[in-house]
Amino acid sequence: MNGIEVKGVSKNFGTLAALKEVNVLFEENRIYGLLGRNGAGKSTLLNVITGRIFAEQGTVTIDGEVSAENDRALKNIYMMSEKNYFPEGMKVRDAFKWTKEFYPAFDRAYADSLSAKFELNTNKKIKSLSTGYASIFKLITALATNAKYILLDEPILGLDANHRDLFYRTLIEKYSENPCTIVISTHLIEEAAGVLDHVVILKNGEVIRNESKDDLLAGSYMVSGVAAAVDAYYAGRNVLGSDSLGGLKTAYVEGEPDAAGMPDGLVASRMDLQKLFIQLTNA
Amino acid sequence: MKIEFEDERPIFVQIAEQIEDGILSGAFPEESQIPSTTEISVNYRINPATALKGINLLVDSGSVYKKRGVGMFVSEGAVEVIREKRKEEFFDRYILRLAEEARKLSLTKKDVEDMIERGFSK
Repeated sequence: MNGIEVKGVSKNFGTLAALKEVNVLFEENRIYGLLGRNGAGKSTLLNVITGRIFAEQGTVTIDGEVSAENDRALKNIYMMSEKNYFPEGMKVRDAFKWTKEFYPAFDRAYADSLSAKFELNTNKKIKSLSTGYASIFKLITALATNAKYILLDEPILGLDANHRDLFYRTLIEKYSENPCTIVISTHLIEEAAGVLDHVVILKNGEVIRNESKDDLLAGSYMVSGVAAAVDAYYAGRNVLGSDSLGGLKTAYVEGEPDAAGMPDGLVASRMDLQKLFIQLTNA
Repeated sequence: MKIEFEDERPIFVQIAEQIEDGILSGAFPEESQIPSTTEISVNYRINPATALKGINLLVDSGSVYKKRGVGMFVSEGAVEVIREKRKEEFFDRYILRLAEEARKLSLTKKDVEDMIERGFSK
């Protein structure tokens, strides 16, 4: 099967179960959001996929080939992570050169043009880059590899609003011209929501949601109105949580709102991805 | 009952409406090319599949058509098609909501008529 298939993967750190029998398929040519709170297991999952750490249980296959210690399979994946794996004294342009050694499809001209767009000085040493520019350097490297699967762990860490905007534009342009699978792990959900096809949500090492963004958002709504009326409405429904403001209440409900059953005075409205995420992952 | 999803219509519906607005205003004249899926998705920072879904709505309603290998073009007569469609939606989107809000505020039909009169004379 094509894509990255994670089957029954568990990973423990000491007594902490970081991943618990995780099953997920990252299909070809889609943009995924891998979402979860700090410590939910996002980076652990990405590290298992790329063979940087090993799972106690389960397998990861890339286009049908088991990925663990399999260079041929892993060549199809590039992962950008918080850690910098280049020697710190190396200059940006040398890092580009070296990346091409490992990823022959690396497009140097594209990397240079992106560097100009983001105003990244390629003569600088990696260690001298600010947090934002370190992210930009890693992003440009990732996008220029032309890998079939690009995993971005916190890609916009430290980027200012203009650079984040430029990043989304660049990502969409790249994806439109040269489709590939992109997995974005981020805490800036509201911003990233627009570009995602599919959403995978991790909570305490488990996958709690794995579906298309549209289906996910269509499957929940919020109801607001006088507290007593809201309480009466949601009895017997699957309520994720609620907020109160004096005598007013908003309940976050799973399912489809039924227009006929909605009492007078109550208003149903859609939740956006970030609101839904917060309700699903609150302790 | 109230379902106020109108203002939060899916992004692809909003994309289709913005292009329709462009056609109505003459920004995209009949038989001219509209922006590509890539241009739309980059411009709005949305997934290309979402942009495509929006354009497909316009293809289904007959206001744009595909020229193979070139792109999407505004159909002849699209302005009329869109105007008719919008007229049909006008009652549900504006009049029904107007009546509902008026009732909530205990405004009479006459009060509302006077306001409409005032609105038109502005």
